[in-house]
Amino acid sequence: MGVASYDAIIVGAGHNGLTTGCYLAKAGLKTLIVEKNDWIGGAAVSRSLHDGWTYSNCSYVCSLLRREIVRDLELPRFGLQVIPYEGGATFTEDNDYFAYMSDHNALEREIARHSPRDVDAYARFSQTVMRQCRFIRPFLLRHAPDPTSLHPRDLGELAFLVKKAHGLGAKELGETIRFWTMSIGDFLDEHFESDLIKAHLAGSGIIGTGLGVYSPGTAYVLLHHYMGDVDGAIGAWGFARGGMGSISKALGMAFEEAGGEIRTGSGIDSFRVKDGKVVGVALENGDTFDAPIVASNMDIKRTFQRHVDPIHVPDDFTKAVNRFKIRGSSAKLNIALDRLPEFPAAPKDAPFLRGDLHCSTSLAELERGYDDWKDGRWSSEPYFDMLIPSQIDPTMAPPGKHMMTVFVQYAPYDLERGGVRSGQNWTDETRTALANCVYDKMEQAMPDIRQRIVHAEVRTPLDIENEVGLTEGNIFQGELTFDQLLFNRPVPGYSDYSTPVEGLFMVGSSSHPGGGVMAAPGANAAREILRRAGKGKSMPRFAA
Amino acid sequence: MTHEAVPIGLIPGPFHPRLEALSRAKGWMDWAGYMSPSVLDTAEFEYFAIRNQATLFDISPMHKYRITGPDALAMINRVVTRDVSRIGDGRVGYVMWCDEEGMLIDDGTLFRFSETDFRLCCQERMFLWLLDAAWGFDVTVTDESDAVAAVALQGPTAYSVLRDAGLDVGQMKPFDWHEVETDLWISRTGFTGDLGYEIWVPWDAALPLWDRLWAAGNHWGLRAIGFDALHIARIEAGFIAAGMDFQPVHAAMRLHRGRTPIELGFGRMVHFDKGHFNGRRALLKQRDGGQRYALVKIDLGGFKPAQDALIYHRKREVGHVTSGVWSPTTKRNIALAELKAPYGISRTDDLMAEIYVNQEGRWDRRLVSVTIQDKPFFINARARTTPPAAF
Repeated sequence: MGVASYDAIIVGAGHNGLTTGCYLAKAGLKTLIVEKNDWIGGAAVSRSLHDGWTYSNCSYVCSLLRREIVRDLELPRFGLQVIPYEGGATFTEDNDYFAYMSDHNALEREIARHSPRDVDAYARFSQTVMRQCRFIRPFLLRHAPDPTSLHPRDLGELAFLVKKAHGLGAKELGETIRFWTMSIGDFLDEHFESDLIKAHLAGSGIIGTGLGVYSPGTAYVLLHHYMGDVDGAIGAWGFARGGMGSISKALGMAFEEAGGEIRTGSGIDSFRVKDGKVVGVALENGDTFDAPIVASNMDIKRTFQRHVDPIHVPDDFTKAVNRFKIRGSSAKLNIALDRLPEFPAAPKDAPFLRGDLHCSTSLAELERGYDDWKDGRWSSEPYFDMLIPSQIDPTMAPPGKHMMTVFVQYAPYDLERGGVRSGQNWTDETRTALANCVYDKMEQAMPDIRQRIVHAEVRTPLDIENEVGLTEGNIFQGELTFDQLLFNRPVPGYSDYSTPVEGLFMVGSSSHPGGGVMAAPGANAAREILRRAGKGKSMPRFAA
Repeated sequence: MTHEAVPIGLIPGPFHPRLEALSRAKGWMDWAGYMSPSVLDTAEFEYFAIRNQATLFDISPMHKYRITGPDALAMINRVVTRDVSRIGDGRVGYVMWCDEEGMLIDDGTLFRFSETDFRLCCQERMFLWLLDAAWGFDVTVTDESDAVAAVALQGPTAYSVLRDAGLDVGQMKPFDWHEVETDLWISRTGFTGDLGYEIWVPWDAALPLWDRLWAAGNHWGLRAIGFDALHIARIEAGFIAAGMDFQPVHAAMRLHRGRTPIELGFGRMVHFDKGHFNGRRALLKQRDGGQRYALVKIDLGGFKPAQDALIYHRKREVGHVTSGVWSPTTKRNIALAELKAPYGISRTDDLMAEIYVNQEGRWDRRLVSVTIQDKPFFINARARTTPPAAF
């Protein structure tokens, strides 16, 4: 029996793998995507675990998804609809809150309620952040320039970077370098006096990252979260109607319409390599497929530590892969509610309740949460990013009932129990204990939250690794710190989506520009693959 | 005896007490002399409610004319370009009417109660034109503009809102029009291209209707919206607006501003085989001799809305954008544009739009590609499914 052969095979049907697949299939390559789960989507999924409710089990909001890609692949035609949400709030222990209002005037008045000077501080803060966003955004859909390479394209990209950087001027460039390396805590302390406002804004600097608010590099993580937009409203976040799985579903339909084939239900056993070149894949179920181009949507650690024989890879590369930081730092609760919980502090029907809600009230508290994590425990007072999308999206829960998504930080992958740190310490008992710790803190905003819960799914970093395949449950496929960004992402010398194995490419968020359901790594990688296949012109260059 | 002075400026419409209570943004505009919301809260979120939840928009300021009598059908068929005899009882039709030169006077919706009883809804004041056209016909024309209140309920959960309000419209197909309760008529029509209905009641029954819908909408994300949100949705749906995409010929001061239905892309709405109607000879001549302009749907490069942008074929100016927005649902830069023939008809390549962007005190000029589209930008099966889904 002959082995089925393709022009290209992609391992993993996450949103980046699907994006790469769309572009390869549209360029005329016979493309196969293989997926270990029975469903597609990776961490961008909508699943029903309790009758009548739909959860965005993993990733839960989107803004970073590049609109250039959405438009180019015509994803709205396949049902994708992104709906922005308005504002957010942090609730305090003394029954007050700071609300982030979408209306500019209201926001100023709300800040003034906590600190009149911080109204001016906020204007400065947002100007600085937005300037940095303007600087970095053009690089998202470009190849990261490699300063060690003399390849004309790298020189061209480097020139683009230098020109952009030069345009900032000496003072602003200095600020930029500071911004990229400093901590979000220091950055906020420089601007604001209100602890509550600082705590509200700091969340974006630590989400998905194994660092504390005073760890260097966290200011950039905030930037990464602000880079997105919904229809040009920079920094705005939104829901995908029907849950995050709608993104994957639309990408899957676009891929299949372009002639691509998806096989679910069996993961990869190994990438097949011959004479330093990839020749295909072998699946766990025994199927083998041939292809001269193979792309991995898995993170770089999982790809090379589990599925490529190290004999094919230079030691330096293996070392770089092994030291790649991809620590799990967050858990997730998905909750079905019998009705909207009471928020005694908030005005009735306040629009900001439709946004992201928090209960961490100071940077010191957030830093203590990180200390717990370093010791292998979940934070005794966890930070969470919680939303009730069903207030806006009628498809997520029965009428009058609600769905709540709670992103919890910090929670370690290798939980400490009795002096031993191990992923195996995540049991039903520890899961329940984590959930109870989160509910205790949530009562600060919603005293009746426990009575509202009909069903809850608790996902630890271990669960995320086991189901989605993200090493240690790291949501970004590798931390977003300066040592592993741009030309150092995923590892030095391989920022062009290639690997030491000829024909094997990395298309997931381990690659530039990183995670956040942007689909940029997938699109950038597709461009590189097509360029090498002599089909570089078949894909649009997105305007910078 | 002295007469009380007529009010100056804008007056409240039938739903105004409810709209005013919901108005956080305090954005009001003039619609036929009524205070109509341009935005109540945030245009962006109001827009997304049209495409994701359900919305209420007060359309009472529309002009409404009742045409009754034995010759009603014949008289209307003499006025409008399409064959109204093909519109059944309990149905609604989109209609256009022209002057003797074939220039569009206005467009609107025609509601047929029976062969002898119609209601025409439109943007422009049309009482005198209809009275003139009624000469020689056994019909009565009544201006119902201030007697009938109406609200548009649009969005994917619109059907669920009506059902929870106790109004059964499950079997109504697009363009159906029924008296669901005494003096409460519902049409499955709208200006958004989405699932939606328009609900018609006597002027003084407006507030109870609003309250009933509002209570039912609680679980379905119902929001009240203003014109700004609707504007985006109607361009996505490819609908034209009087005063923007065409200049109603009776209202235009300058000569040569008139456009024919054919030039606006509605040749299919002109039924030459139905006998004489206003403008028929001129339109026949244009059909055979060729049109002067073409209003087209275009997709533009870049992300900057193209309102009023000039359009070029290589270096030659060939037209301009009449309505342009960034489409948040389709994630495209879309517009309606008027091109001078043969551009937009036989010559559709190499078109560019010149968009000006104000960058904090400095205007930047962007030249972007223009691609002509033949279908509406927003198309969703839920708009036509019968019975509609819950969302």
